[in-house]
Amino acid sequence: MEISVKPLKEVDIVTVSGRIDSATAPEFDNALKGLLEHGRRKLALDFADLSYVSSAGLRAMLSALKAAKNNGGNVVLVSANERIRDTLTLVGFHTLFIQFNDVLDAVDSF
Amino acid sequence: MTPMPRLVVPARHDKLAEVSKFVASAAMDAGFGETVVNRIELAVDEACSNIIDHAYDGGKGAICCDVTAEPGQRLKIVLIDQGHPFDPASLPEFEPCRTLDDVKIGGLGLHLMRQVMDDICFEFNLPGVGNRLTMIKHYDRSSQRS
Repeated sequence: MEISVKPLKEVDIVTVSGRIDSATAPEFDNALKGLLEHGRRKLALDFADLSYVSSAGLRAMLSALKAAKNNGGNVVLVSANERIRDTLTLVGFHTLFIQFNDVLDAVDSF
Repeated sequence: MTPMPRLVVPARHDKLAEVSKFVASAAMDAGFGETVVNRIELAVDEACSNIIDHAYDGGKGAICCDVTAEPGQRLKIVLIDQGHPFDPASLPEFEPCRTLDDVKIGGLGLHLMRQVMDDICFEFNLPGVGNRLTMIKHYDRSSQRS
């Protein structure tokens, strides 16, 4: 898994590639927590090159969403593939995260 | 019935991608489609994570994975460990909710396993074996590879 963060306007675009499983989820979780603890509260998670997310990753996403919303922000998803969308649906998270197909649309949504 | 070679890995999170790949390969050979294969990987990931975090409590140990594919019928996955007996059913039940405030994250792993697999059987402290988790996914029309 690789993570990069690029700020655009007030939004942080967090690009994650590879797999988020129980081995890599702590790094993903720490990256999101690091942004939120530094006052960033508008995150767009770009999953275009993410192939898999396990429940460990889902927990990190939920935790970030709660923290962001508590501070008046949000966490949205971009370009999640069919596998990841199916995983979100399995646990009911598809209703919690707004999803976009384009990064700029996601940024403009804030 | 196609018996697969047994995979034995150290009980570490960084080995789970290897287990996933092993199981996914068997599931694809059995004719399951990509969506179902992904779901099976999720269930196995959860099961192995529980073994690492709870049965072995983060300590040393091994996970043995046997997969038996019956193409067009079912896939049987057996995970064996020699850690402490850990019954995920003892955890709080995951409650999928519609609002963010209501979501309780506990039990998410077991919920996923139950959502995905058709049969799940936990057996603990079996003589000469250890703890054994058997998960079965039946093949049906919706399981087909597209």
